[in-house]
Amino acid sequence: MSISDRVIAIIAEQAVLEPSDVTPESTLEDLGIDSLGLVESIFAIEEEFDITIPFNANEPTASDFDITNVAAIISGIDKLVSEKV
Amino acid sequence: MKRVVITGAGTINSLGHSVPDTLEAMREGRCGISDLEFRDVDRLAIKIGGQVRGFEAEGRFNRQQMTLYDRFTQFTLTAAKEAIDQSGIEFHGELAARSGVVLGTAGGGVSTWDDNYRSVYEDGKNRVHPFVVPKLMNNAAASHVSMEHNLKGPSFTVSTACASSNHAMSLAFQMVRSGAAPAMITGGAESMLCFGGVKAWEGLRVMSKDACRPFSANRNGMVQGEGAGVFVFEEYEHARARGAEILCEVVGFAMSSDASDIVMPSKQGASRAMEGALVDAKLNASDVCYINAHGTGTAANDKTECAAVAGVFGPHADDLMISSTKSMHGHLIGGTGAVELLACIMALRDGIIAPTIGYEEPDPECALDVVPNEAREAKVDVALSNAFAFGGLNAVLALKRI
Repeated sequence: MSISDRVIAIIAEQAVLEPSDVTPESTLEDLGIDSLGLVESIFAIEEEFDITIPFNANEPTASDFDITNVAAIISGIDKLVSEKV
Repeated sequence: MKRVVITGAGTINSLGHSVPDTLEAMREGRCGISDLEFRDVDRLAIKIGGQVRGFEAEGRFNRQQMTLYDRFTQFTLTAAKEAIDQSGIEFHGELAARSGVVLGTAGGGVSTWDDNYRSVYEDGKNRVHPFVVPKLMNNAAASHVSMEHNLKGPSFTVSTACASSNHAMSLAFQMVRSGAAPAMITGGAESMLCFGGVKAWEGLRVMSKDACRPFSANRNGMVQGEGAGVFVFEEYEHARARGAEILCEVVGFAMSSDASDIVMPSKQGASRAMEGALVDAKLNASDVCYINAHGTGTAANDKTECAAVAGVFGPHADDLMISSTKSMHGHLIGGTGAVELLACIMALRDGIIAPTIGYEEPDPECALDVVPNEAREAKVDVALSNAFAFGGLNAVLALKRI
């Protein structure tokens, strides 16, 4: 599975949806994922890819990690995975 | 119904090892938060906290006691001794038989769990010290206070996360007010500043890496603290008859449950707790001069708390002062309401309002007088102390100058 498919699978599971219902344009809000759901998703993604995502729930937009929509999240993870030695 | 007064106070926390030291630090707006020092701290993402420094358990407690006292019990006993010594109350006969101890803690002996899990899981040992259980249990501190000071009445521990101390003190207040007990030792303690304790909090991603800045627009989370606050709650006539110095009166309390979310705070739940405390104390909203805020420095708490205060107090919300001393001592979790009660006592007795330090940028969603950065002199007749816990469990105390 590609990084994109793996991320979508995690987000879909959190949202209790089929992966086919999760599109790159979907926002977390569209998918019904609240702030706790986001923290859980980030944890699951970190575990899946063995990366550390800089995310503080108090200032979700302050870090480099963009959570605007699924495409932004995937590209952020692509970058973190490629930076991993 | 009996009147209830506070005749003794004790504490140990990152600002000081006694009430006078702590109040001096609060007056000066000093920060007790610094780099954490304990084993494996380098494996944490969050490396700051309000850690108690220079506290040597050795010498204070004997070898046998050390095998039974987790750090949270050590803190509690230290604070209880200061409170009871100040009060001058001695528990004998009927007074001892009817007086007890109600304390709050969220985690109890967290470092005892941590040390022993490390020993059996990481080090592969197959044997632990025989006193692990009596050392880590949440009621250990309450039990040791009862033994140390001969308190033979109702004693127990309350655990409601960040509201534990306020729930405990509310119950102690109720017991003295109803006449069930002539005096109660109450407050709370926490000691979670060890690898496992901080690692668990890290997971929630609500912790700040640099500072606790309640109500400031650039706040970025909470900072943990540790320590204890313990008080003597005593029936008014009993205190007067023995000529005790009275620090302030406890006049009301309320508890409420959000019944909505396990971590997100609720304006309604917080409002109902503050309103309930005013009703219980037979006070008008306009009587309140100072609120010691829950003020954790998270995005969610501070704006919700300010909205609740604005709703409950209406136009008077702009006249009252509200500060969060967590900016200085950190969030003591189950012990926090007890240490914060000291700021209420200082406001009522000394006319000095502890500041919210680290305040840098106004937040339109927290547009109240948060006493930024510097303590202030003001005559305060009535103060509230807020605690709103994870789990949506809230407890607010109302106190009055005497």
